[in-house]
This record gives sequence, C-alpha cells and structure tokens, in this order.
Amino acid sequence: MAVRVIDEKCKGCQKCVKACPFEAITMNERLAVIGAACTSCGACIDVCPFGAIEKVEDLKKGVDITQYHDVWVFAEQRDGQLMGVSIELLGEGKKLAGEIGCKVCAVLLGDKVDNLVDELFEYGADKVYYANDPALATYNTDAYNKVIYQAILKYKPEIVLLGATHIGRDLGPCLAVQCGTGLTADCTKLDIDPVDKKLMQTRPAFGGNLMATILCPNHRPQMSTVRPGVMEKPARVPGRKGELVNLNVAFKEGDIRMKVLEVVKGLTEKVSLTDAKVIVSGGRGLGDPEGFKLIKQLADRLGGVVGASRAAVDAGWIDHSHQVGQTGTTVKPDIYIACGISGAIQHLAGMQTSKIIIAINKSENAPIFEVADYGIVGDLYKVIPAILEALG
Amino acid sequence: MKIIVCAKQVPNTNEVKIDPVKGTLIRDGVPSILNPDDANALEAALQLKERYPGTTVTVISMGPPQATYMLRECLAMGADEAVLLSSRAFGGADTCATSTTLAAGIRKLGKFDLILAGRQAIDGDTAQVGPQTAQRLGVPSVTYVQKIREIKKNSIVVERNLEDGYEVIEVKMPCVLTAIKELNEPRYMTIAQIEEAYKKEITIWNENDINLAPSDCGLNASPTQVFRSFTPPPKGKGEMLTGTVPEMAAALIQKLREKHAL
Repeated sequence: MAVRVIDEKCKGCQKCVKACPFEAITMNERLAVIGAACTSCGACIDVCPFGAIEKVEDLKKGVDITQYHDVWVFAEQRDGQLMGVSIELLGEGKKLAGEIGCKVCAVLLGDKVDNLVDELFEYGADKVYYANDPALATYNTDAYNKVIYQAILKYKPEIVLLGATHIGRDLGPCLAVQCGTGLTADCTKLDIDPVDKKLMQTRPAFGGNLMATILCPNHRPQMSTVRPGVMEKPARVPGRKGELVNLNVAFKEGDIRMKVLEVVKGLTEKVSLTDAKVIVSGGRGLGDPEGFKLIKQLADRLGGVVGASRAAVDAGWIDHSHQVGQTGTTVKPDIYIACGISGAIQHLAGMQTSKIIIAINKSENAPIFEVADYGIVGDLYKVIPAILEALG
Repeated sequence: MKIIVCAKQVPNTNEVKIDPVKGTLIRDGVPSILNPDDANALEAALQLKERYPGTTVTVISMGPPQATYMLRECLAMGADEAVLLSSRAFGGADTCATSTTLAAGIRKLGKFDLILAGRQAIDGDTAQVGPQTAQRLGVPSVTYVQKIREIKKNSIVVERNLEDGYEVIEVKMPCVLTAIKELNEPRYMTIAQIEEAYKKEITIWNENDINLAPSDCGLNASPTQVFRSFTPPPKGKGEMLTGTVPEMAAALIQKLREKHAL
C-alpha cells in the first residue's frame, strides 16, 4: 500500500504537512507532495478535510499463500526453563488458530529438554516440533536460525510468533530475511481479519506516540515478535497430550560462525516486573536515590516489586532492570503505584494496561493522573508513610 | 581495519507530545537527531580507530537529503567519510527493504572487516535492520553488544546483553554488531572538527548507483504494510482523592479493599 495525493482535490491547506509524524509531506505550489520519508502510516488521510489523500493497493509479487497452515510459537528456553512469554504466546496462538481454523504448534530447540515438550502440550500446543542437539543447548543465532528456517521451509507455517526478548528480537529478523518475508516487531495486539483471515499486527511506533496496525499480505509466514507481559497466560491442563515431531539437526563446517564462550547471570537480583502482581514505581519526584528505600518498603508491604521511570534510571538512582516503559519493561500488574512519576508517554505506554493505577504526585497537572484510577496530590514522602500506616 | 557504521536520522521522539484535545501528535519544534544507539555504534568504531592505526570509519545512512546534517555530525565526531543512500525509490521501506538497500550500498563500498549499527532507532524501535543487513551480506551478527572485549586475528569477542545477564560471544569477522547505550559514552564534537566536517564531501547514491532495480527497494520491496495508524486511546481519568494526607491514604486503602485488590 502506498499513500497518494489526488492533485485535483488538494486545496493546499497544509493540515497533512502538520499531521505527518515523519515530516514526509512538503508543499509544492499549493499542492501536497509526499516524499521519500513516507511510511504509509495514513495519519495524513485522517486529517485531510477534502478527501484528497488516498491509499492505493499495489500489486506485489508474493508467494502462494494457500500452501501455508498453522500458527507456530517459538518456545524460548533458557537453562531448560521456558520463558514466560512463550507460554503467553501459546495462549494467544491458540486464540488466533481458533479464529483461522488451524493448529497451534510450538517449536522447541535445546539439549535434552524433553520435559518441556510435555509442558508445551499442557499449555495448549497441538503439536511440538522438537530439535534436540548439544549444539542447541544455549541460544546461538546461526544454529537456531538454520534449524528453524529449514523447518519453516518443510512444514510451511502461516504465522510464526516469537517473544520480543533479546533472543527473539535477534532470531526473528534473521529468520524473516531467510524466508523472504516481513516481520513486525514488539506487537502488543494480534487479531485475525474475519474476512480474509490475515494477521493484523498492532504495535506502538514513534516512541509509543502512535499505534500502527501492520499487515503482511502477500508473503508467508506472517511473523511477529510480541512484547512479554502483554498477552494472557493460558491455564495449564495436566496430562494434556499432542503430536511430537522431531526436527533433523545437521550442521556443516562454517554453518555456525559464533560461539558462546560464557553465560553470566546478572549480579543484581532479577527483577521480575512482568510477573509481579503489585508494582510500586519511583520517578524523578523522589529527588534522590534514597527515596527508593521508601518505595521498597511499600512494595515489600504489598508483596510487590520496585519499578522505576526512565528519569530515575537515567539519573543513576536505580538499575535499568527496574525500568517500566517503552524502552524498559511492559507491565500489567493488578496494582501499579506511580510515585513522583510525571507520566511521560513512554512510561504510560509500558504500564497503562495495569488493572488499578494509583498516582502520587506533587503536581496536580502531571499527565500520570490522566490514566490513574486513584490520584493523590501530595508529597510522596508524607503520603507513602500514611499509606503504610493505613495498611496497619 | 575497515569499519562501516550504519546510522539513521530520527525525530527526537522523547520531545513529541500529544495534543490533549485533538489527540494528535504535536511535532512542531521536534528536532532531528542522530539516533542514540547509532551514536554508540559510531563511538565504538572511533575507539577502535584510535586503538588500531590505519583503521578507517565510513558512515552510511539511508534517508532523505536532510540526513546529510546528521552525517556531518558523524564526520565531526571523527568518521572519515559518509555516504547517504537517498532516492524517492527508497521511500516507504520496511526493515526488509531497508536492509536490502543498506546491504547494496555496503557492497559498493567494497571489502569491510566490521559493521557497527545501533540496536534500534527510536522512531521505529524494531531492532531488525542490523541483523537483517548481516543476513543479506552473508555475514554473522551479534545484537545488543554491551562491550567489545578483544579483536583476534579473524574474530572478535564481545559481550551480548540479555535481560538477566550477558553472554560472552566470539564471532568470526567480518560481521555485524549492534550497539546498546551501555557500550560507551559517545564523544562530543569540537569546533575544529565541525569546521573540518564542512569541508568534506558527502557521497549521495541512488538506486542506480548501488545497482538496485526500483522494484527491489522502498515500498515495492516491503512485505509489511501499514494498514492504519492511530493515537492510542487514553485510559479514562479516575478519581482524585481529597482531604488530608491520612484521610486520602485511608480512603485509598478502603477503596482497594472494596475492590478486593488487597
């Protein structure tokens, strides 16, 4: 699809020029001209009062899409443990497969992780494609890419979903190029078009200021990486079984060009923001790093964990692993308490789907109050002790 | 060593605000900048240049003609030369088409030892163009590089950041590495360097210069298409609690208990 100006209808009002997030539109003798920076996002179409901008379908060569079936989920494991996002994706994959009328399958690579095959069945996989080889024990870009690419060539999945972890975001792009298809990064919502059954992939763009729905109409598989913590985990059904398909693994000299020499686990205690039921976050309003002691006190009292805004992380008050937001972690706990966080759009993008949001801020005009279920205007150094007191 | 740095000019998305009434982007006065992760990639290249005499650093970018300003900044930081891939035909490219164009530009530059790119650009946040360019060039890639430890005869040892730690990876050269902000602190330009940078030519190539057919670039070569875009609907504003601090705290706890949230 491309965006085109219908010259006869354009009145030169320049509304599109202002609306374009990518500065792609310029004026030429009172006519809007769409330049090379255009991403076909369509923001200009919505603002044009004269209907002078339209989207045009272009005829592009793709593949015979009727040959492709099933939804695949990359079952990412580290140290023999499935990543939470892979389980979330099985739930989401099952939903999509139900709407298309096909199977949801997991693709598992590792060294002697047979126990995970059963776990994947129990979380809803109809089929598990399993590659078992010592060379696959830890993630290796070349090795994983080769094995999964060959499986895609052979079994032709319609959709491939990966968690948007550092590993999923490394593997996905390589696989997409190998398969000659597109990849949509960091999706937060997936839907199936009820008419043509195509995957509609929605993701934040432009630093979370815009949401874009992306299609991959003529190429297969349709590939997405999905943000951890966004989709619901399915219930585990003990004893549930499915079909196991073993994948061939054969590497030639030169296939694997990198070697993992060592895996070092983080020295700081792992902060599991994505799994937390309660998150108490601190921002610039804390004033200094000592403020996080009070934040931690409240988090501990509520059985939660400590989060932070980018401002607090950038100030060096707390480790990046605590960061909530567009460039940090996306969270949706039952209770999110934002203390001294003004509510930059990037932060809101990462927490606004929390069930209950409580904002404590000195400034009543702070944008965080726009998304808060309960707002308290006041000094957090007085409000938090009062909350602790009220909790008894 | 011959090092190529891939860079992108991006709008500073941190300065974008939403018009609270119309729900549209306010873009006025938002400056264009060198993408932050790309600045880390360039800094890493410049540090290697200082360590290994005879190293050259070439910055390559795909973008509109205005991107030459960003490339001048790269030259002023210390890059030796800069190339801009610019053409109407490149417009509307997704990551798949962008990597094809960048790879074609890099091929034209000739043999290289190392390509450094930022992990992701702040306007798209995809983190795909680096590893995809590597795939197209047929070289290995390591993403999320937080430290370059050692360069050996035919390989490089780096630390790759993970959510819960890092891996030490040895990868064959030539290769592509993508940089994160933990890798280094990008340097500032000096006045003298800025003056020097304006004396240099920036090479501009279109699709013909890099031997690409118009059907191989831009929108025509993009498997993904933006179906629609919209500003995310704001969550409805809730209740502002009133009274003294202890009253507000007590009211909050009571409300949470009523909702069985506690």
